[in-house]
Amino acid sequence: MLLIHCPYCGERPEIEFRHKGEAHIVRPENPAVSSDIEWTEFLYFRHNPKGPHAERWYHTHGCGRFFNAQRDTGTDRFLKTYRTDETP
Amino acid sequence: MRFNFWNLAKQSLTGHTGWPEQWRDPEPKSAYDVVIIGAGGHGLATAYYLAKEHGIRNVAVMEKGWLGGGNTGRNTTIIRSNYLWEESEAIYEHAMVLWETLSQELNYNVMYSPRGVMMLAHNEQDVRIFKRHVHANRLAGIDNEWLSAEQAKDFCPPLNISPNARYPILGAALQRRGGVARHDAVAWGYARAADRMGVDIIQNCAVTGIHRDHNGVVTGVETTRGEIKTSRLGIAAAGHTSVIMAMAGLHMPLESFPLQALVSEPIKPVLPCVVMSNTTHAYISQSDKGELVIGAGTDQYNSYSQTGSLHITTRTLDAICELFPITRRLRMLRNWGGIVDVTPDRSPIIGLTPAEGLFVNCGWGTGGFKATPGSGHVFAATIAHNQPHPIAAPFSLHRFRTGRLIDEAAAAAVSH
Ligand SMILES: Cc1cc2nc3c(=O)[nH]c(=O)nc-3n(C[C@H](O)[C@H](O)[C@H](O)COP(=O)(O)OP(=O)(O)OC[C@H]3O[C@@H](n4cnc5c(N)ncnc54)[C@H](O)[C@@H]3O)c2cc1C
Ligand SMILES: [Zn+2]
Repeated sequence: MLLIHCPYCGERPEIEFRHKGEAHIVRPENPAVSSDIEWTEFLYFRHNPKGPHAERWYHTHGCGRFFNAQRDTGTDRFLKTYRTDETP
Repeated sequence: MRFNFWNLAKQSLTGHTGWPEQWRDPEPKSAYDVVIIGAGGHGLATAYYLAKEHGIRNVAVMEKGWLGGGNTGRNTTIIRSNYLWEESEAIYEHAMVLWETLSQELNYNVMYSPRGVMMLAHNEQDVRIFKRHVHANRLAGIDNEWLSAEQAKDFCPPLNISPNARYPILGAALQRRGGVARHDAVAWGYARAADRMGVDIIQNCAVTGIHRDHNGVVTGVETTRGEIKTSRLGIAAAGHTSVIMAMAGLHMPLESFPLQALVSEPIKPVLPCVVMSNTTHAYISQSDKGELVIGAGTDQYNSYSQTGSLHITTRTLDAICELFPITRRLRMLRNWGGIVDVTPDRSPIIGLTPAEGLFVNCGWGTGGFKATPGSGHVFAATIAHNQPHPIAAPFSLHRFRTGRLIDEAAAAAVSH
C-alpha cells in the first residue's frame, strides 16, 4: 500500500485516496472546432510512461480535495505531491 | 524429436538422458523478414502462425527476459468465450476452437481442461447482465447457461449459497466449455513448434529503439545485442506496449496497472470448476498439483513495478473465505504481480498503426491468456497481408477516433 502525502492533510494510507489518472490533460478550448485527432488524444490517449508520471489523486476519505503528484511508475515512489494551483 | 509413445518408451530405457533441447538459443541475425517484440504467448503464437500458415519463416522473436516470463507465466489461466459483443464473441470463440486441438497441433500437452467456468451473480444487476450475456451468447451459437443458486452448488459443492452470506449468491452463468490450461506449456509449446520451423527466439535481448526512415516507414530495431533490420515489426509486449510505441514516437490509448494472483498450499481435489465472482473481485480454480489458484483485482495506479499492494489480495481472500468457508484455514504459499495494459473499452487493439510496417497487438489487459491462440492467429495474418484479418478488423486502433468502441467494461465490469 502506498503512503501518500496529501498537501492538505499530510501522510495518509493509500486506501483513503482514489487515483484519478494522468494529470495536466487540457480539454481542447473549443470542441466544436478541434480535430478528431485532437479530441481522440484528449479522451483516450495517455502517456503511460515507465518513470516519472504526473497524476491526479483525490483524497476521498479525508479532505475531499484533488491534488497532483509526480510518481516514478518503475519503483512506485512519490517524487512530490502538490496542489492543483501549483506548478510541478 | 516428437513427443510420442515410441520416443517416451525409448527415453525411459535410457534414463531420459537423450531428449534434445526444446528450442535453440541463436545469435541474432542482422536482418529478418518479420521481427516480433515479446516472447509471451501472443508473440510466440504469432511467430508460429506466420511460419506455419503464411510460409514466413525468417522471423525473430525478441524477449528482454525469458520466454513466457511476462503475464503469460503469471496469469490464472481462465479460458472462456462468453463475452457480450459480437466482435468479442468472434475473437474469443476463434481462440476457444483452437484451444480444443492445441495440444495435438503443437505436439505439446498444454493441459487444456474444459472443466467449466462459473460466474456468480450477487445482486439484481449481476443477474440481469449475466442473463443478457446468456441470451447474446446463445444467439451467437456460444454455450453459456443460467443456473439457480442450488444448481450452482450442485455443480460446485463447496460453494456457500446461504442467504445470510455477506454477498449472497442469486444464481450463476456457466460456460461448460470454459476452463483452464497450463500457462507455461502454452509458451513452451508455441516456442518449440515455431523454433522447429526456423523462427529465432532471442531471449535476454531487449528492444531499445525503433528505426524509421524519412517517410516514417519502419526499417529495424535497436537492441541490447545490436541493430536488426526488418521492414515488418509486430509488437506483442503487453504491459510495456506504451513504452515501446513511444520509441517509434507514437502515443497509445493504454494504461498499465499491476494485477496480482496467489496460490495456496496444495490440497486434495475440492474445486471441480473455475469460479469467478466479479462483484467481490475474486476468482479461483484448483491446479493439478492441488494448489488453489486465486486471482485478485488491479491496483488503482499506473505502475511497471510488477508488485501490487497487500490490501488488494487481502480483500480477495476475504471474499474467497466467504464464498468457500472450507478454505478459511488454508495457508497461501506464493503471490506475485504482472503488469497489464488496459484500454478505455477493455477490448484489445490488434492491427496496423500510423507507422508503415509497424503492427501492434496489445490491450488484452487482465484477460488475454484465453485469447492466445486466436490472437496469434489473426495477428500473423494481419502482418502477412499488411491488412487486418476480418476478426481483428473491429479491434483497430482507429476505433478510438470513430467512436466504434467495443465496450466490454460497461457490458460486464469483469476482469477475465
Ligand atoms: C495476475 C494475472 C492474472 C491473469 N489472469 C488471467 C486469466 O485468468 N485469464 C486470461 O485470459 N488472462 C489473464 N491475465 C491476462 C493475461 O496474462 C495476458 O493478457 C496475456 O498473458 C498477455 O500475453 P502476452 O503474450 O501479450 O504478454 P506477456 O506474456 O506479458 O509477454 C510480453 C513479453 O514482452 C516482453 N517485453 C516487454 N518489453 C520488451 C522489450 N523492450 N524488448 C523485448 N521484450 C520485451 C516481456 O518481457 C514479456 O515477456 C492475467 C494477468 C495477470 C497479471
Ligand atoms: Zn487531504
